Amino acid sequence: MSGRAWRVTKIGAEIAVPLAILLAWQLWTASAHQARFPRPTTIAVEFQKLWLFSQFDEHVVPSLERIGAGFAIAVVAGIALGIPLGLSRRAHRVAMPHIEYWRAMPPPALLPISVILEHSIANRQKIAFIAFFCIFPVLLNTIDGIRGIDPTLLETARSYGVPRRARIRRIVLPAAFPQIVAGMRNSLALAVIMMVLSEYFSSTSGVGYVLLISKNTFQLVPMWAAIVLIGVLGYVLNLLFLLVERRVLAWHRGWRAALPD
Amino acid sequence: MRLMAVRTSARLRRGLSTLDALLPVLSVAAALGVWELVSRTGLISERDLPAMSTCVRALWHLLETGTFWHELLLTVRGWALGLAVATVLAVPIGIVLGSSDLAGRAFRVPIEFLRPIPSAALIPLLFLTLGTNLKSEIFLAAFGAFWPLLVQTMYGVRDLDPVALDTARSFGLGPVERLYRITLPSTVPYIATGLRISSTVSLILAFTAELFMGIPGLGQAVNVAGAFGLTDQLYALALATGFLGVAIHIVSKAVERRALRWHPSQRRAAA
Amino acid sequence: MLEIRHLGKTYGSGERATRAVGDVDLTVTEGELVCVVGPSGCGKTTLLKCIGGLLRPTSGEVVLRGRRVTDPPEEMALVFQDYSRSLMPWTSVRNNVLLPLRHKKLARAERSRLVEEALDAVGLTRFIDHYPWQLSGGMQQRVAIARALAYQPSILLMDEPFASVDAQTRGDLEDLVLSVRERFGVTIVFVTHDIDESVYLADRIAVLTHAPTEVKELIAVDLPSPRDQIATKELPDFARLRAHVYRLIKRERPAAGDLADEEALAATRAET
Repeated sequence: MSGRAWRVTKIGAEIAVPLAILLAWQLWTASAHQARFPRPTTIAVEFQKLWLFSQFDEHVVPSLERIGAGFAIAVVAGIALGIPLGLSRRAHRVAMPHIEYWRAMPPPALLPISVILEHSIANRQKIAFIAFFCIFPVLLNTIDGIRGIDPTLLETARSYGVPRRARIRRIVLPAAFPQIVAGMRNSLALAVIMMVLSEYFSSTSGVGYVLLISKNTFQLVPMWAAIVLIGVLGYVLNLLFLLVERRVLAWHRGWRAALPD
Repeated sequence: MRLMAVRTSARLRRGLSTLDALLPVLSVAAALGVWELVSRTGLISERDLPAMSTCVRALWHLLETGTFWHELLLTVRGWALGLAVATVLAVPIGIVLGSSDLAGRAFRVPIEFLRPIPSAALIPLLFLTLGTNLKSEIFLAAFGAFWPLLVQTMYGVRDLDPVALDTARSFGLGPVERLYRITLPSTVPYIATGLRISSTVSLILAFTAELFMGIPGLGQAVNVAGAFGLTDQLYALALATGFLGVAIHIVSKAVERRALRWHPSQRRAAA
Repeated sequence: MLEIRHLGKTYGSGERATRAVGDVDLTVTEGELVCVVGPSGCGKTTLLKCIGGLLRPTSGEVVLRGRRVTDPPEEMALVFQDYSRSLMPWTSVRNNVLLPLRHKKLARAERSRLVEEALDAVGLTRFIDHYPWQLSGGMQQRVAIARALAYQPSILLMDEPFASVDAQTRGDLEDLVLSVRERFGVTIVFVTHDIDESVYLADRIAVLTHAPTEVKELIAVDLPSPRDQIATKELPDFARLRAHVYRLIKRERPAAGDLADEEALAATRAET
């Protein structure tokens, strides 16, 4: 096969296979008449009815707010803690047992406790829960990124008498940034999961809450629409992040490509 | 050169002062002390945050009961079965999708779409289909654990040295022999990294299934303790769950290190 | 202007102790170019880091214009061997040269004048807005030199700066160092393991012994200035000096504990 025909085949497969999967699902659900598995078209109609945009403000916005606030807190706290822990071996030794313990903790184990600690089922308890578990990818990547900085770079700055704060701002942070960004991306994916878990556990609004209520009332089509929405949310957030990352880290790709090996 | 630098720095590390060696211990002790004080002084009421000593005592009692160990075993079983199912599925599929350019492209969109879906969103669906039993727990754990393993395997196969494959072909090795003499061994480090990531995910989801769906195990125990307001037991169980997480992390890290030892150059995580 | 008195540096203590620098005495006068040569692994880098105030000596002292060096002094600039690792890959050549000027109390216009002048001196004006990794190895090392020049040091320490560029570029960069010294009147301490390079560049050569290193011999280089890559290297005096230095170094047989620079590397990693 010629190179061109082969390329066309591959692009064709990339488009055809997902469509075929959807079509097979549609045909199977249409013939099986299973209430638990509505047809994709039915779900799509319901999705449009619920989320574009009649219930958007009521349930999607609170979820997005929680993800945004929790993620933002986690990024700021993760970097702020990661800098001293990456720079000082002593601070690292002090903090490591705590980090190793909490990062290994399955997050849902703390859900009941988070509810007890904040009596009100307000936004704050869920944000705190999301932020707490989203810190770890950022924190660990910040520490790793800083420890991986070439000592020559730091010594150069030190030999020019660049003050400590400027060294952190101009050398440490930019040099560790690519890895910090990788941690942030993992954190963002985690934030969506934590949002669903915390809302599913206890709340009166949000996508996770819709999921819970429609399950409890056996409203299967809205339940599927909520599942799809969560999938779309995770997908779109990841995509947006990648777009920003491409712009911000353009230098990094060029630099990597220019490295000898 | 490189090696020498590593060796000397290892020697420097061993030369840590006694204070440095004690730091982690002191730091844990300090944290436990703060916990005790926060609760005793009423900074956070003892009803919401029982004192550290109370919780440790509750944990101690728990360790003496057979129920706790039984629940722990159930959670470990869910974790292990979920991870096993995920591995059995993800590794062969990853090898196929990684070695064929066409297959990889064909399933790129479905994979990129399914991967970021939080597994927790599937809980209500599992309620209505598989029901509140071990099957649901395994399904959820396996679903979550599947993706990191799949991605790592695909990445590993794609990173395979084409020269090695061509050499094998020139020696007349058939496709099956090439698979288990070249492809599998050189993909093992990547699979090991995938296993480490997936093993954490599998534990979280086994626990999640138990907590939300009332499947027997540590997750259910935590939920019950929370619902009945048995605060000190709730904290004790959460502490124990954390230790289980640490134990599983240590084991999978050790497995990964073993697999990576023979090929450290391949140490890179895609996820 | 620079006095090194009984300088010694030992890493670790007790049984694990490694003596990298034994007892170094050296005086550099204003405007001089001194090359420091020694067998590989003799502790040259350690010595230079002590002079630059990046490492604390265990014994002895470094005095710069009557002031004892404890931290990197403001009138001193350092150029490392690994140009690609001492430049910041995330920002432009301009910002790389600007780095040491940002915390100096200078007017904005003065800063950019210094940057442009330094880049002009190394012939890189056209590449001011490029990323360092878009340039060749030799050009990257010129950026590092421009950065040192913009800092307006009275003394420049160079640690095997041309060890990782090809021979042709190396000759060009050597001439660049000589022209820069002419233009800015800066004192230079130049560490190298290349004997030809040391003879070609230096006013005086300090030949070091194996670790724990000491100054074995100080050699005055009385070759005519300006130097020329072809004419100078054809002189009988050049050949004589070259052979002399070569014999001195060759007589230094490798001894045990030859890891001085590796130790230095590990130690600085641990400290930063």
